[in-house]
Amino acid sequence: MNQERFWRGLVYAALVFAALYYLIPLYVMLTTSVKDMEEIRTGNLLSFPQNIGFAAWGKAWSSACTGVSCDGLSGYFLNSVKMVIPAVLISTTLGAINGYVLSKWRFPGSNIVFAMILFGVFMPFQVLLLPMAQTLGWLGIASTTTGLVFVHVVCGLASTTLFFRNYYVGIPDELIKAARLDGAGFWRIFWRIIIPMSTPIIMVTLIWQFTNIWNDFLFGVVFSAGDSQPITVGLNNMANTSTNVKEYNVDMAAALIAALPTIAVYVFCGKYFVKGLSAGAVKG
Amino acid sequence: MTMPVRTAQYGFAERWLPRLVLAPSFVLTLVFLYGFIVWNGYLSFTTSRMLPNYEWAGLAQYITLFDNERWWVAVRNLVIFAVLFIGGAMGIGVVLAILLDQKIRFEGAIRTIYLYPMALSFIVTGTAWKWILNPGLGIEKLMHDWGFTQFTFDWLVNSEMSIYTVVLAGLWQSSGFVMALFLAGLRGVDDSIIKAAQIDGASLPRIYWKIVLPALRPVVFSTLMVLSHIAIKSFDLIMALTGGGPGYSSDLPATFMYSMAFTRGQMGVGAASAMMMLMAVAAIVVPYLYSELRKDGNG
Repeated sequence: MNQERFWRGLVYAALVFAALYYLIPLYVMLTTSVKDMEEIRTGNLLSFPQNIGFAAWGKAWSSACTGVSCDGLSGYFLNSVKMVIPAVLISTTLGAINGYVLSKWRFPGSNIVFAMILFGVFMPFQVLLLPMAQTLGWLGIASTTTGLVFVHVVCGLASTTLFFRNYYVGIPDELIKAARLDGAGFWRIFWRIIIPMSTPIIMVTLIWQFTNIWNDFLFGVVFSAGDSQPITVGLNNMANTSTNVKEYNVDMAAALIAALPTIAVYVFCGKYFVKGLSAGAVKG
Repeated sequence: MTMPVRTAQYGFAERWLPRLVLAPSFVLTLVFLYGFIVWNGYLSFTTSRMLPNYEWAGLAQYITLFDNERWWVAVRNLVIFAVLFIGGAMGIGVVLAILLDQKIRFEGAIRTIYLYPMALSFIVTGTAWKWILNPGLGIEKLMHDWGFTQFTFDWLVNSEMSIYTVVLAGLWQSSGFVMALFLAGLRGVDDSIIKAAQIDGASLPRIYWKIVLPALRPVVFSTLMVLSHIAIKSFDLIMALTGGGPGYSSDLPATFMYSMAFTRGQMGVGAASAMMMLMAVAAIVVPYLYSELRKDGNG
């Protein structure tokens, strides 16, 4: 029995050690962001802040330099909000409809359509960048939030379709058949039967898309300029602006500001977040 | 499993409505994914530099690409990064999942802690680790303050070691995710098999090695897929952490492509490198998708 207790102690110790490994960077970000530069130079990564102040947060939000302009992250944050809301809603809606067709209204060739859409989940988006840049220019939406929303919808379709399709496959076909006998049509079945059963998968998809699109950097840096750049681009510009003295407290505050929305989603809807990750990983 | 609803019994509208509804997404996919692959492939055979043009150049851009030392640095880095990142994340993830599976108190809270980095942008992770690994004020200073005055840590500015900082930060961000996948897999393993093995006197490590892990093969497989896919697409983390530097010592194919296509006016080379990335991904993914979909069809 003693030996068993020893092993359990060891297991707990290992788990706590791992927890520290994941938490320490967050601790370092938080404490660094409330120190002043003097304290950063004299103290060290783990030293607890002596005089807590939020000057760095204020600066990161409204006056830190991101390349040429010095207006902080507030504008970028707003751009991200304006981009993420339509992109998430449109891609989720289309995904739900596609998933419904591909699971409940299959037609000859629908599996091929599904496979073709599915490859988009894995595609390295580098192959899209050059043609997309030119096309957005032709459409007159280059370097605009509309352009970014469009790119995110096109590239998000694969995941959202996959999520809904795999979820709807689990809904018994008998339900659909019964509704058909009662005279319900395509849309009526969708609204009255499918959608009311879809709350979990809608949550999973919304959260998955929100996290991905908010965190995206590749499309942001390639397809946006000036007043449409999302927060990840703003943060990267700020942290890599090499003017005079580096202000690590401002960088950390900026990183936390950029992380807050997705962290909040994770904390409040963690259950769905984990489900989304597994759904995204375990296909078919 | 699902039987396709027979369409013959429905009216004309009902028969065509599903296809009509699917059409916009299908067209978007066809044009913007597959069409663009072809377009990008064509660009890679042209003389495009600052601006795209459509003057045929044969394999010239690929020859330039394969003669470019920077490309081979990026490829070598991808191999190093992929092996360490995938191996490390699998190792850490499996161990943590098995430990967490021992009827642990506060399991929910611990799981939340392990997984939260996955909610962060790689840009956030990169910015944070750039500060932690800072050669002057980061870990090095911490060790000095603790009395290890000889300790030096210059990986971020050392072109031999910079790619390993990307591995460190990548592992921190993604290993919790692997843990979550494996934990879900472990929960799906039938308890009675484990009980029976215990009664037969098998030790716990042996049970895991011989019974539980083999049962997790599908999870291992899909986790491998996802991780290798993350590795090949890695872009943000490098941009935020090292910017590909010092020099181009920590470039990966994704950052190489971006730099050629959008900052160095070598569009054709950029397009060619993107095609190489696509082929690498396709070589891994197409057989996987094929087997998954076949299974689906039979299931």
